[in-house]
Amino acid sequence: MSEIILSANGLTKTYKQRTGRFGFGTKLVKALDDVSIELKTGKTLAVVGESGSGKSTLARCLLQLLPADRGEVFFQGNNLANISGQALRDLRRYLQMVFQDPFASLNPRMKVGEIVGEGLLIHRLGNAEERRGKVLRMLERVGLSTADMDKYPHEFSGGQRQRVGIARALVLEPKVVVCDEPVSALDVSIQAQILLLLKELQQEMELSYVFISHDLRVVRHVADDVVVMHQGRIVEQGGVEALYSTPREEYTQNLLKAIPGRAKQHSLVT
Amino acid sequence: MSELLSVQGLTVTPANNPGKKLVNNVSFTLQSGKTTCIVGESGSGKSLTALSVMGLLATSLNRTSGSIQFQGNEITHLSNDALSRIRGKQIGMIFQEPMTSLNPVLTVGFQIGESLTVHLGLKGDALKAKIAALLEQVGIPPERANAYPDELSGGQRQRVMIAMSIACEPKMLIADEPTTALDVTVQAQILALLDELKTRMNMGMLFITHDFGVVADIADDVLVMFRGEVVEAGSVDEVLFKPQHPYTKALLDCVPDAEGKKQLKPIDYSWLEAA
Repeated sequence: MSEIILSANGLTKTYKQRTGRFGFGTKLVKALDDVSIELKTGKTLAVVGESGSGKSTLARCLLQLLPADRGEVFFQGNNLANISGQALRDLRRYLQMVFQDPFASLNPRMKVGEIVGEGLLIHRLGNAEERRGKVLRMLERVGLSTADMDKYPHEFSGGQRQRVGIARALVLEPKVVVCDEPVSALDVSIQAQILLLLKELQQEMELSYVFISHDLRVVRHVADDVVVMHQGRIVEQGGVEALYSTPREEYTQNLLKAIPGRAKQHSLVT
Repeated sequence: MSELLSVQGLTVTPANNPGKKLVNNVSFTLQSGKTTCIVGESGSGKSLTALSVMGLLATSLNRTSGSIQFQGNEITHLSNDALSRIRGKQIGMIFQEPMTSLNPVLTVGFQIGESLTVHLGLKGDALKAKIAALLEQVGIPPERANAYPDELSGGQRQRVMIAMSIACEPKMLIADEPTTALDVTVQAQILALLDELKTRMNMGMLFITHDFGVVADIADDVLVMFRGEVVEAGSVDEVLFKPQHPYTKALLDCVPDAEGKKQLKPIDYSWLEAA
């Protein structure tokens, strides 16, 4: 039994949605409805679901980027939902996020070296020289070069930008990284590179990942445990092999059946 | 079997840089009742190939050579007016983004009816009946004809796009990544719908995608494009399970499978270029 590094208990989040003519009416939408998850140390927990299932809201509530209405989030014994201010800011160093859109999530006016080094500066880690060294080593580790430090995000391709996003998150040596659809905007060849990079870094740095994705083929490759969400609720959860081979819930079965190309692969195997 | 579409030696270059071939000497044929998939990564020229067939290339791009025959007739030197009579009537097209390809201030019924009025001269009750029948065919309740695009979900909007493109019962349908923006379960429904319509109306379908799973589900024939060139062409079984070209093999090695048995391998481009 491995240790639990991050857990959520009964997370609930409700949004108000404007409805009716000119948006005069309001409707309450439950984006998260009593969601509880556990992330094991050094493992990957994938959260899958279709658009509107609440998976991105869960990612944001876990990191306290959005306040949940109810529920607790425990990280190394601290209830993140209760602490605030400086204590939460100090912990944030260990809780990082890799975003979906490598085009929108990097500040276009900052050089890559500044983007990656900003976290070190905020957390006052090391002096200028040490920070520069760390940024350089991190960039090299994700497959970029020294010369890239002085470039702006627009000078990079989508895959390279995602590498910058990963370097930015990992330079702080976090413990938990929430990846929100990190490869869904990328071509399949670049996707394979980034998935392998994430896996290598996980082993080297002993990272635990929460991996949000709608692509069940990608999830099969990266996850140890899987949570299936639908309309703000957890439909089913379990180990990745059991869940893919013997899904219990009808919703999960339908989701797996809808993976394109499955029929052909099966006919080939048999 | 008769050839519906025959493209020979198609080359497209930017108007201000004729040396750079975005589409380079592309040739293929398409038969009625069959689906040909063009697969490739971003920038491989797959969408430009489809736009060239429709005569819809941006003015900054030139088709410098090649012949495009539709039902045996050369369509490359047709005037815009003549092309307009073919587009929408004999060749239907579905675009990737169901959110942005519909006009937000017109009802979906009106937008479906537009091409029926223009090409077939339908009006009044006959037009209404045809619109209702088309909506029914793509699985939307006919009374939704009065809805505006924002009142429909992504999958329903893509169904409306399909209804528009098949309104005049075209001989050929060009679909450019029609399911990329959709959830998997909705994607499966739309693919099944397109496949059924293709069979029922004996259409030829030119389907552009980057997803090999989708290719496996709907293609009869496959073209693999890389940097503007067709690197491999053949039946779906040949290309997916007995790929010949190193690029096709490398690309297939990047595709995660639903069983998780496969070791993912990124493409080594340096080796490709040397070969």
